[in-house]
Amino acid sequence: MARFVLRRLLQSAIVLLGVTLVVFLLLQLVPGDPVRVALGTRFDQQTYDALRERSGLDRPLVAQYVSYVSHALTGDLGVSFRSGQPVTTIVLERLPATLSLAVTAVLLALLVAFPLGVLSAVRSGSALDHAARVFSQFGVSVPDFWTGIMGILLFAGVLGWLPPSGYVALTEDPAGWASHVILPATAVGLVTASILTRFIRSSVLEVLSEDYVRTAVAKGLRARVVVVRHVLRNALIPVVTVVAVQLASLVGGVIVIEVLFAWPGVGRLTYDAVQARDYPVLQGAVLFVAALFLLMNLLVDVLYARLDPRIGAR
Amino acid sequence: MKTSSPAAGREAEPVLDIEDLTVTIGTRRGQARAVAGVDWSVRAGQTLALVGESGSGKSMTVLAATGLAPRAARVTGRVRLLGEELTTLSEPRRRRLRGRHVGFVFQDPMTSLNPVLTVGRQVSEACEEHLGMTRRQARDRAVELLDLVGIPSPGRRVAEYPHQFSGGMRQRVVIAMALACEPALLIADEPTTALDVTTQAQIVELVADLRRRLGTAVVWITHDLGVVAGVADTVAVMYGGRIVERGDVDAVFAAPAHPYTRGLLAARPDPERAGGDLPAIQGAPPSPLELPPGCAFWPRCPVRGDARCEHELPPLVEVTRGHEVRTFYPGGEDA
Repeated sequence: MARFVLRRLLQSAIVLLGVTLVVFLLLQLVPGDPVRVALGTRFDQQTYDALRERSGLDRPLVAQYVSYVSHALTGDLGVSFRSGQPVTTIVLERLPATLSLAVTAVLLALLVAFPLGVLSAVRSGSALDHAARVFSQFGVSVPDFWTGIMGILLFAGVLGWLPPSGYVALTEDPAGWASHVILPATAVGLVTASILTRFIRSSVLEVLSEDYVRTAVAKGLRARVVVVRHVLRNALIPVVTVVAVQLASLVGGVIVIEVLFAWPGVGRLTYDAVQARDYPVLQGAVLFVAALFLLMNLLVDVLYARLDPRIGAR
Repeated sequence: MKTSSPAAGREAEPVLDIEDLTVTIGTRRGQARAVAGVDWSVRAGQTLALVGESGSGKSMTVLAATGLAPRAARVTGRVRLLGEELTTLSEPRRRRLRGRHVGFVFQDPMTSLNPVLTVGRQVSEACEEHLGMTRRQARDRAVELLDLVGIPSPGRRVAEYPHQFSGGMRQRVVIAMALACEPALLIADEPTTALDVTTQAQIVELVADLRRRLGTAVVWITHDLGVVAGVADTVAVMYGGRIVERGDVDAVFAAPAHPYTRGLLAARPDPERAGGDLPAIQGAPPSPLELPPGCAFWPRCPVRGDARCEHELPPLVEVTRGHEVRTFYPGGEDA
């Protein structure tokens, strides 16, 4: 197992290196001179050259890249053009907000999708199954920002039960955090719940038609035992991947919702960095999200090996 | 008869007795009649072979009788397992009876074992469920059973997963699983089809040996007549959902009375005729969606008797004692 993890870590490192290259090159291709942006409209050539030199932007591309990667290895992702703060600090500051939103959304989604997906597969064709399908169709069709806006209008506007936007750290005021997180988490979680419901349903349905499930039924086991012991364990192996990918993509990508709810997370940071052409911050945010994806994938692989003996044995 | 049952009491009544079993399956294209009015029974220590092509209804007969037919299937008729009528039982009662008294060995050991559970767990879970054993007792029982079916070092292998076993060994695990609760009846649904020839012979021998030692009744579903000759006491040949011929194996093999049975026997590879083409039965079996009104074999029949065959269903009649056939021409054209 240790060797397996080590090998996967090494592979992840190589992929991450590739990501740095892509991120680095993409930003070279984007039009717009970051030094000009950083300086505003009024500056002289001397200041311009000085900043250009200080940022290393006057050096050849390869040298820039090598220096970027070697600094990144020590955790130094450069400084923000706008604020002059280290990028690493900026990104890490945003992490708790984003993580708490993403994890809450995925937990809410699982809470709905797991029972709904399993039941609608086990009782496929029933009224419950049809209801579940309507729900998931609705959930994937309606954009999360619409649900978010409707939520704000209803629960913050009409009913006045919840704050319309803003963020309170979980560590400072758990109740305040909960009241702030519930609307954005539900808006994002609804989409995730729909995707997961569909996926879990089809995965369970597929396993239900396996020969070994018939074997289990033939043994005269109770239906509940057949489903829990024989079906779920197999059906959930692929679900693990989808949950992890959903979680990772929420950490990196709930931009619209974070902007809508004034949620100071990584998505909001990315949005602001693009607006301001703050390249180091944008690079840092993208790199960070990519690293998170890789970490999630690694976790999935380790989980797979634990869930599926056929993988762990090798 | 090769019967040598230790359970003499069971001799009196059949372990499984099926009467007028009919299975219709509702499909999008209409009602498919998979099984039509099938009767047979099997006694302790006896082996009944159900023979026929794919789609002849042989597996469906057994699945429907034991309550394992797909949800879309409508099953009518009478099925008695150890004297208890199964068709009118509640599903929980039927499930308990099936699990306790019937063991199943399915065709493909590569897919009939759960890949994420140890073989020990898969063998022992039925003992916990039906024999009230503790987990520990059931595990010990699993080791015994693996030993019984000839798996070397069962104490170690009990904790291994199916992918660590070869095909033949997996089928032994499936057999151990089927025998977990010492069932009165073992149903073997083409258990050797997916295995290589040497392994096939070993599995056939294993089941025959276990039947002798445990006095289990066996229903062996197959399309391999070579296997039938080796293991069965009686044989029932199915075609288009009906039994077309049945009787003692020796009688049927010595004097097959139905043109279909004759065709099947002729299509067997025979070392004495090596080199030449195998005589095959022309055409394909009928679709259960549109069975002909008369003899289902009529479109492919080499005898091609007369209009009666096409429009009237031949009854099952006795040709010799205990040997019945469903044809108007029980000996060929000149009969």
